Amino acid sequence: MCGIVGLFLKDPALEPRLGELLSAMLITMTDRGPDSAGIAIYGKPVPRRMKLTLQFDRPQEDFDGLAEQLEHLSGDAVTVSLKSSHAVVQLPAEALDDARAFLRRALPSIRMMSAGESVEIYKEVGLPQEVVARFDIRSMAGTHGIGHTRMATESAVTTLGAHPFSTGPDQCLVHNGSLSNHNNLRRELARAGIRFETENDTEVAAAYLTARMAKGRNLGEALEDGLCDLDGFFTFVVGTRTGFGVLRDPIACKPAVMAETTSYVAFGSEYRALVDLPGIDGARIWEPEPASVYFWDRDRLAGESTLAA
Amino acid sequence: MPTFDLSQTPLRELNQALHGLAAGANDTEFEVVNPRGSHAVAVGCDAPVAVSIRGSVGYYCAGMNSAATVTVHGSAGPGVAENMMSGTVVVEGDASQYAGATGRGGLLVIKGNAASRCGISMKGIDIVVHGNIGHMSAFMGQSGNLVVLGDAGEALGDSLYEAKLFVRGSVKSLGADCVEKEMREEHLTLLAGLLERAGVTGVEPSEFRRYGSARKLYSFDIDNADAY
Repeated sequence: MCGIVGLFLKDPALEPRLGELLSAMLITMTDRGPDSAGIAIYGKPVPRRMKLTLQFDRPQEDFDGLAEQLEHLSGDAVTVSLKSSHAVVQLPAEALDDARAFLRRALPSIRMMSAGESVEIYKEVGLPQEVVARFDIRSMAGTHGIGHTRMATESAVTTLGAHPFSTGPDQCLVHNGSLSNHNNLRRELARAGIRFETENDTEVAAAYLTARMAKGRNLGEALEDGLCDLDGFFTFVVGTRTGFGVLRDPIACKPAVMAETTSYVAFGSEYRALVDLPGIDGARIWEPEPASVYFWDRDRLAGESTLAA
Repeated sequence: MPTFDLSQTPLRELNQALHGLAAGANDTEFEVVNPRGSHAVAVGCDAPVAVSIRGSVGYYCAGMNSAATVTVHGSAGPGVAENMMSGTVVVEGDASQYAGATGRGGLLVIKGNAASRCGISMKGIDIVVHGNIGHMSAFMGQSGNLVVLGDAGEALGDSLYEAKLFVRGSVKSLGADCVEKEMREEHLTLLAGLLERAGVTGVEPSEFRRYGSARKLYSFDIDNADAY
């Protein structure tokens, strides 16, 4: 099973409510997977600053002195805000690579959940209700976000095995399904220099899309490529800094419902996840077609959607 | 008329009320409001009652239905009217995958579109879809009739037994052992009756094409090994 949700706002008036709306959608999907839950929120970027979301086994000890160490490294102000087991580090964009290298070397027990201008990812073992409360997701504002509640099949129930997976700047992916060619694909991508943190099949899908986009494909084109190269069952919801995409495999046995109004595009594994969204009674509601790419981009005119394939 | 508000009342109260109806009970019309995508709404009815559901439902609505008339004034999730025995199920909106799967009897009417695997393994049910149907519909259909006013997706009627398929629009592709067949007088008569029962007007049986089994894959034959 697994339950996935996504919300892409077109109406800025809804942005303060993104965390609240997405949290409610995800909690409704709890009975599709009790193992772990996660949410990615795309907030307002700060010019020339990057965000790193980190996860700690021992937040109190590892968090201590982290801001000073990173400031020393970057020579500029660094803010670190702790939220339960996670922390969001804001630092000068040019210091990001050095900071990541430093963290890997000096604090190997810290896990990097995401990096980018706007994305923050929070994920832990446990039910959506607990995870959402622990990180106070409801109070978060943003432009778009995706969430996942997991019934584990392909890898262990751990924090790193939770979705969303992020393998590139401001990119993340959630998945309902299972891939059958992930081992081969992981080896190919690893040879091309991509780092993997888990044995999870979904991380491979995320890394695959990252690799395609690094080659200059846009999100929609990368998703189309995925139809040829990814074997297995999948409904994906994908976020980028400005984009939001959905893809189902040709068999399409994993459920998906979408809703669009002038204010938002929403995705749910089931219609139940969408029923409390504002204006849902007047929304266009449909089941995304198999093997068809759907994506929206904030850089385009609001309301314009792109359907490829 | 008993009304169940599923935002206030647990689903089991509704289903138990429907299951507990004694023969000849006075309550023959039920209304369900605020279904909010709930699963298993009005499953296992076995009395000739009418159930009106005001809104969209989730998985398995009206599954195993016998004798009841269940109307969904909204859309239905996966497996609507799965394994229906008799009676009528009407979906005013769209239906998700495997609508009417394994149905043994009765009539399922979908006024919008149906997604993939509509009528998979159907065994006697009649299904009328006003819109389009998705891929792998009527897979291994054994008996009954599937009528589609719009288009059919890929691999229609794959490994079909004796279910009859009538499609008015285009068929993206036929599945293994499914072929177009001649529309004879008896089929036009059958189709006219199905359209009437499904409340379809302004559409002539002659606008449809009939598809059925080529009957080459019924029993294992080594010469057909490539087709299995």
